Amino acid sequence: MKLVSLFPLRAAFFGLFGAILLAVSAPAPAAAQIVNPTAQAVQEDKLLRQLHHLEGRISIPDQKASVLIQPAGREWREFHNTTVFWTGAISILGILAALLVFYAVRGRIAIDSGPSGKTMTRFNGFERFIHWMTAGTFIVLGITGLNVAFGKYLLLPLIGAEAFTTFSQLGKYAHNYLAFPFMIGVVFMFLAWVKENIPNAVDVAWLKAGGGLFVKGAHPPAKKFNAGQKLIFWSVILGGVALSISGVILLFPFYATGMAEMQLAQIVHGIVGGVIVAIMIAHIYIGSVGMEGAFDAMGSGEVDVNWAKEHHSLWVKEEAEKGKVPGAAAAVPAE
Amino acid sequence: MARMKFLCDADRCIECNACVTACKNEHEVPWGINRRRVVTINDGKPGERSVSMACMHCTDAPCAAVCPVDCFYTTADAVVLHSKDLCIGCGYCFYACPFGAPQYPKVGNFGSRGKMDKCTYCAGGPEADNSSAEYAKYGANRLAEGKLPICAEMCSTKALLAGDGAMIATIYKERVLKRGYGSGAWGWKVAYKETITV
Repeated sequence: MKLVSLFPLRAAFFGLFGAILLAVSAPAPAAAQIVNPTAQAVQEDKLLRQLHHLEGRISIPDQKASVLIQPAGREWREFHNTTVFWTGAISILGILAALLVFYAVRGRIAIDSGPSGKTMTRFNGFERFIHWMTAGTFIVLGITGLNVAFGKYLLLPLIGAEAFTTFSQLGKYAHNYLAFPFMIGVVFMFLAWVKENIPNAVDVAWLKAGGGLFVKGAHPPAKKFNAGQKLIFWSVILGGVALSISGVILLFPFYATGMAEMQLAQIVHGIVGGVIVAIMIAHIYIGSVGMEGAFDAMGSGEVDVNWAKEHHSLWVKEEAEKGKVPGAAAAVPAE
Repeated sequence: MARMKFLCDADRCIECNACVTACKNEHEVPWGINRRRVVTINDGKPGERSVSMACMHCTDAPCAAVCPVDCFYTTADAVVLHSKDLCIGCGYCFYACPFGAPQYPKVGNFGSRGKMDKCTYCAGGPEADNSSAEYAKYGANRLAEGKLPICAEMCSTKALLAGDGAMIATIYKERVLKRGYGSGAWGWKVAYKETITV
C-alpha cells in the first residue's frame, strides 16, 4: 500500500532526475559511452539451456544444416554405445548361457512314446513358405545388424579394416533390401496364425506347468500353439512391427522426420533387434536340436502323430474330429 | 604439436558466406554438400548473431565413438579425419555429431548414402600428402603445406580463427578485453569441454 502511494512521487523524482541527467550528458562526446552489443546478443549457454539445441537461418538448401549445435548427439552416442550395446550383448549371451545349461540338464526332449511312424499335417506349403521367407531374411538381417553393433570389436580385429568394410558394406545393402521380404513375411505370418495365437485359459495351465519343459514326461495340454509358441508369435509380430517402423524411418533418413526422431528410431531398432535375436536363438534351439520331431513341423510340414499327441493334445483332438489324423479312432490325447 | 581448433567470433561475423564458398572451391566439394555453413541466430531481431560452423575436430569425437567400421582417426595436430575407403555411409556420425558436420552424397536407391564427407581442417586424408588420390577424396591438404584452413585464412573480418587452440584463445581474449565485449567461443564447451574465460 505504502509503495503504491509513494509511486507517483518516485516517478516524478526520477523523471526530473533523468531529464537533468540527459540535459547534462547530451553534449558529451559519444566515445565516453560504453556500447556493449553483446549485452542484448544471443547467448550460447542460455539458448542451449532453454532449447537444448541452437537453430537459426541458413542460406543453403539443406535445411538440416540450420541446426548449429545439437548436444543431444552426445546423449545418443552414450545410449548407442552403452545401453543398446549392453542390452544386445546381455540378451544374446544370457540366452546362449541359459540354453547351454538347459541342454546340459534336460538334454534333447524326446518323443516319450517313441515315433509312431504315422504323420499328420501341421503346416501347409504356404505357411512354411512365409515362415522360411521371414526366417531366412531375419538370419541375414540379424547377422548384418549385429555386425553393425558388435563387428568392430569382434570381427574387425580378426579380418582387418578393408575386409571388414567390404563385408559391412555388402551387409548394409543386404540389410536394406532384405528388409522388404521380412516385412511382408511378418504381415503374412500375422494373418495366417493370429487366430490360433489368441491367449486363453489353456495357456495359463500350460505356463503353470512350465510347459512340461523341465519335467520329463510332463505334457500340459495345448491347442495348435502352446503358450510358449504364442509368446514367440507375439514377440515376432510386435518386435517385427517395431523393427519395421523404425527400420523404414532409418531407410528414408530425414524424409518425414527430424534429428530427434532419427535418433529415437535407431535406438528402438537397436534394442528391439538385439532382444528379438536373443528370442529367435531360443526358438531355433527348441525347433531343432532341442526337441525330437519338432523340426518336421516346418521342414516337411508333416509331424509324427505321437509328437503331436504329446505336445499339442487338444489340437490332435480337433484334427481327429475333422478326420485329419491317421488312425484317428485310437487318437486319445496323451494327457 | 599444436592442438588445432576453430573459433568463430560471432561479434565479427557478418554472414558473408565467403568461408563457405572458399571451402567449396578449395576442395571441389560436390553440389549439395557443405563442409562449412553460416547459421544466423535470431535473424532480423535485436541481438542477432551469425556463426560459421564446420567440424570442430572435437576432443573425444562422438563420430569416431559411434562409427561401426572405425574409419575415423585423430592426427598429431588433433584434427579428426576419416577414411572414405572404410566408410560405409551408415549415417551414425551425423546422428552423434553436435555440429551437423558429416555430409553424404545421395547415391542409389531410397535414402542410401554414399561415403561421408566433412571438413578436414584442410588436412586431407589417409593417402600420401597432396597426392591426386587424396585430393580427389578429401580435397586440398593445406596443413601439409604449412598453411591454415582456407576458410579462416581468407575471412574478411577475421571472425573465423583457426590454429593452435591456446593461440587463438589468446587472440580472442585480447579482442574481448580491448573492445569490452564478446559473446563467447561458440561450440567450444560442447566440442572441447572447455571455454574461454576473459
